[in-house]
Amino acid sequence: MHIRHFFKSFLLWELFQGLRLTGRYLFARKITVQYPEESTPLSPRFRGRHALRRYPNGEERCIACKLCEAVCPALAITIESTTRDDGTRRTTRYDIDLFKCIYCGFCEEACPVDSIVETQVFAYDFKQRQDAIQTKAMLLAYGDEHETAIQHARTLDAPYR
Amino acid sequence: MTLELAVFYGFAAVLVLASLLMITVRNPVHAALSLVAAFFAAAVLWVLLEAEFLGIVLVLVYVGAVMVLFLFVVMTLDLNVSQLREGFVRYLPIGGLVALVMGAGMIWVLTRETVFERTTPLRAGADYNNTLAIGQVLYTEYVYPFEIAAVILLVAVIAAITLTLDPRRRRTSKSIDPAEAVKVRAKDRIKMVDLRQK
Amino acid sequence: MPELPLLLEILLKIGMVVSPLLLAVAYATYAERKVIGYIQVRIGPNRVGPRGWLQPIADAVKLLTKEIILPRQANRYLFLLAPVLALVPALAVWAVIPFSDGWVIADINAALLYVLALSSLGVYGIILAGWASNSKYALLGAMRSAAQMVSYEIAMGFALVGVLMAAGSLHLGQIVSAQQGGIWHWYWLPLLPLFVVYFIAGVAETNRAPFDVPEGESEIVAGFHVEYSGMAFALFFLAEYANMILIAALTALLFLGGWLSPFEGLLPEAAFALPVIGWLLGPGIHWLLLKTAFFLFVFFWLRATFPRYRYDQLMRLGWKVLIPVTLVWIVVIGLAIGFNLGPWFS
Repeated sequence: MHIRHFFKSFLLWELFQGLRLTGRYLFARKITVQYPEESTPLSPRFRGRHALRRYPNGEERCIACKLCEAVCPALAITIESTTRDDGTRRTTRYDIDLFKCIYCGFCEEACPVDSIVETQVFAYDFKQRQDAIQTKAMLLAYGDEHETAIQHARTLDAPYR
Repeated sequence: MTLELAVFYGFAAVLVLASLLMITVRNPVHAALSLVAAFFAAAVLWVLLEAEFLGIVLVLVYVGAVMVLFLFVVMTLDLNVSQLREGFVRYLPIGGLVALVMGAGMIWVLTRETVFERTTPLRAGADYNNTLAIGQVLYTEYVYPFEIAAVILLVAVIAAITLTLDPRRRRTSKSIDPAEAVKVRAKDRIKMVDLRQK
Repeated sequence: MPELPLLLEILLKIGMVVSPLLLAVAYATYAERKVIGYIQVRIGPNRVGPRGWLQPIADAVKLLTKEIILPRQANRYLFLLAPVLALVPALAVWAVIPFSDGWVIADINAALLYVLALSSLGVYGIILAGWASNSKYALLGAMRSAAQMVSYEIAMGFALVGVLMAAGSLHLGQIVSAQQGGIWHWYWLPLLPLFVVYFIAGVAETNRAPFDVPEGESEIVAGFHVEYSGMAFALFFLAEYANMILIAALTALLFLGGWLSPFEGLLPEAAFALPVIGWLLGPGIHWLLLKTAFFLFVFFWLRATFPRYRYDQLMRLGWKVLIPVTLVWIVVIGLAIGFNLGPWFS
């Protein structure tokens, strides 16, 4: 056993085995994805940037139940609410601090009316620091902009919900 | 031979300057580096004298190995220069005496006729192999002095190794020998004990 | 000056060696990134120019235009001198490297000694860089590097002693012509242990993975050149790669027959008389370049395969394995020459 070990290490046996392995990988198919031109497929459940949705008639979905605020583990959501003239409860303030957000998707799951959602957009940036705190208006506008994509992702995922 | 002269004077100037710097600069690392430059310039002068083997060996042994270790030691020591200078006046008479004796000796040797019998070195042909010539002389005419020098060096090497080998250190040290650690098998460390009542 | 034409001729020769060398260094970095990329199932640089061919140029421009930062408390002159001291020996060694029969700047008898002497000077650049930076990481890197280079130089020197015993000469051209007679007469076979030891010691001498403890970026950041930036850093880079190409070329010259053709003695004489194919099959600079490129590839391959040696393992390997192996094999060669053994020493 000892003699065998000696000869094995002296003849660099294991080193040559290692070289053979890496030598094989030299000719393996390369798996690099050339990002801006190519991209990997995204799951419909992908959790990217947030948006607030509306009903088809233009009414905002959010009813200010504050479940998302309560469930948020990073305390990134701040909601203030009031009773509107027609007697419904609505938010006056809905802020998501994207510095704090950990993109766990709990807000989306807690929402009873499918109002707050996370879109599949993952590449975004802010020119000003304060822009990372998303207000209600910004979130609603973002939702309007991406409504078709959001709906598409929901229908794809519907059989599994 | 203007080019050769220019090279000679250039490197001779470097040699003198570097030697002076070596004994005058305050920083020991700078002094060691000046010594390196002096060795290098001396090697170039030897090559000019067609002693290319000696010149290259000077660079290889002194510049490439000895001075590296020297620098190594000097860099890690935090030498206090002012402390080193303290005894300057006290040792001045002895130092001066040694310098005087050495200077007188050099003058005596250099002024003897034989040194200046040949003002220019012997020129050998282009196919003359310096290394071969030295080897031939070294292994025939001077083989005994050569072997004795080799044995003395060997003794010095062994002495240096024994000095660093402290027999007590093995026992007191808490360091782990990785080579021993990887050889350990489970049966060396685990003993199964039967705890059932007999 | 009467020697002016000679001086110009020498300068021209130096230019003819150094400019392709620097280009080779630039593209060695590209080749390294590509090879390591391919081994890691990536594709490596491919954005600058077609298939990334202009990447080294972009890197060079970037390094040229960057600022050289002088650390405060650093020893200014030594700090700037160190990269130069690293590069000069790396380029000066090429003076005695023959590229084909007689294609050499300085055809000297003690070429092998000259190579050893100058490659031992490279350590000064590293030591000084480490010391002059006034940084603990740089000093640690320099210490490691000095100890490592001095240790592996001995094994390397002994491997070269074996070669010069077999060839009976220190002249690189004569060493190559002593290997004449086909692939089985090249020294890789009779001197196989020395060949392996020489290459391993060469990898260690150039501080390349898996012997790159002087850089050790995971423990001492980047070792001796942490404080360097811009062109000063680029000089260290140039020196490292020039040394790598040198070790590859020397291995090819000393153990793989340099510019000799591997088909020598295998093909009939008529094959070498053919117009273009005969020239390609016969001995020439292209074989040396091919062999050098192969050893460079091995350098990259080793880097992509092995993790870094621990420092005590590295010292153990150098002193307790490589040096004894070379010593034993030198005795074996001495006996083989004494008894005129085999086809090599008769």
